[in-house]
Amino acid sequence: MNEEAVRLSHAEVRLGGRAIWSDVSLCIRPGEFAAVLGSNGAGKSTLIKAILGLLPLSAGSGTVLGRPLGEANRLIGYLPQRRSFDAAARIRGVDLVRLGLDGARWGIPLPGRASAEARRRVDESIELVGAAGYAERAIGQLSGGEQQRLLIAQALVRHPRLLLLDEPLDSLDLPNQVTVAALVQRICRDQGVAVMLVAHDVNPILPYLDRVVYFAGRTAVEGAPREVITSETLSRLYSAPIEVLETSDGRLVVVGTPEAPAIHGDRHAHGHDHAH
Amino acid sequence: MHIDELFQFHFMTNALIAGTLVAVMASAIGWFMVVRQQTFAGHTLSLVAFPGAAAAALAGAPVFVGYFAACAAGALALSAVSSGDGHARSLGHESAAIGSVQAFALGLGFLFVSLYHGLLNGLDSLLFGTFLGITDDQVLVLLGIAVLALGTLAAIARPLLFASVDADVARASGVPVAALSAGFLLLLGLAVAATSQITGALLVFALLVTPAATARLITSRPGLSLALSVAIGLVVTWVGLAIAYFSIYPVGFYVTSLAFGLYVLARVLR
Repeated sequence: MNEEAVRLSHAEVRLGGRAIWSDVSLCIRPGEFAAVLGSNGAGKSTLIKAILGLLPLSAGSGTVLGRPLGEANRLIGYLPQRRSFDAAARIRGVDLVRLGLDGARWGIPLPGRASAEARRRVDESIELVGAAGYAERAIGQLSGGEQQRLLIAQALVRHPRLLLLDEPLDSLDLPNQVTVAALVQRICRDQGVAVMLVAHDVNPILPYLDRVVYFAGRTAVEGAPREVITSETLSRLYSAPIEVLETSDGRLVVVGTPEAPAIHGDRHAHGHDHAH
Repeated sequence: MHIDELFQFHFMTNALIAGTLVAVMASAIGWFMVVRQQTFAGHTLSLVAFPGAAAAALAGAPVFVGYFAACAAGALALSAVSSGDGHARSLGHESAAIGSVQAFALGLGFLFVSLYHGLLNGLDSLLFGTFLGITDDQVLVLLGIAVLALGTLAAIARPLLFASVDADVARASGVPVAALSAGFLLLLGLAVAATSQITGALLVFALLVTPAATARLITSRPGLSLALSVAIGLVVTWVGLAIAYFSIYPVGFYVTSLAFGLYVLARVLR
């Protein structure tokens, strides 16, 4: 199983007659943790949807787990951008995880060995993300961090070989961002799952990353974090002078992006001034 | 006044069988409607049932044919209006469109009623329900529809629940979200048409929404909640029919009041 988890070559996606991005080439291998970075509207979610085959490529080609895009979705765990459940959502976390396992199947589940096995896998997945304490409660009554863990459990329950996580850290406070990022890395390493995680702020995940896909200027570059997040690469990508600064504790700060800074923030609770 | 009196008359037996079929169908399909937050669509279908029945009476066709034809047409219209493949289901636009359909349907209904003067006596039962005069044929039709609707619902229940609570992930897992949405509206149309015949067009919600809303107050386990919804639907229908038999007021009133009473009880005790 040495095939790439995801490979795109010179890919382009058009929406409403407009190219969202083009000439995107990337290669993510099994067990690698990749971040998908870039400003709002740069096409990060579009990439995830293209890998799932929900949006067609208008040029170039791609494979996922050695198959055409959209044909390996059963082997992919997907966590869409969102999505918090409102307080009225009357469904338990454990039910949501179970839907991730066999929710696409027709007919009524009958009690028996298959059902016990399903139950075991749901419990195992919930255990893995450390959500056993609250999985039996209605999802709408849980905090953002608790909901996010259960959604990751849902994405994991079919033992996927690729995890596509669209901004899983976005709705979380800083301590939760760090613990969820550590959780994702542990899964990535222990289970040999390839992970593509869309993020707004690279710093909470920077220590864990193998690859970075950086979207800007209607295209993207892919490479090792310290190769991509440099003044030189980003200036070329944005066609504007960009400066990447490194703080004494190893955080990266990008200065001079045309839009709101895509990479920013403070890993520590004190003095952080997040816009959201 | 004896309970066994209820079963002495053929019309009453028919009413109880029809009521049972309707209660199971309405509360099961209604449960999904509540989960999908489509109560407004359900309400519209119930108002579409009214001109359907009035038009059938005007045309000299059996009233129940009018109910079913109108609700099926209404369901197709609604799924055409609300298709946008659910991607960015703009609820504001959708409810405005559904509201326009609803107002037009109600207007048509009153037109048909005034065109057909003979129906005026029956207006009460069209709007508020009756259990009198349910024929053997109607019971058979209801049985066929209940078997069809509940069988279909059982087959699609899991993907439908998935698509209802988590459309994006369901779509990525290969669930045909848009097709399920259209199919469910058709099922809802069938349930509304069947329920209209017992509770009347205006009180369909007593069986479609209230049992589901009550069950969801009591538990957040989906299977249990669905079963509880059906149980509540059955109890309020049976008791409602029994009381209506001994009284002069329409059955819809009793079913509604009982269902509402249970709902309030569940809220208070929660």
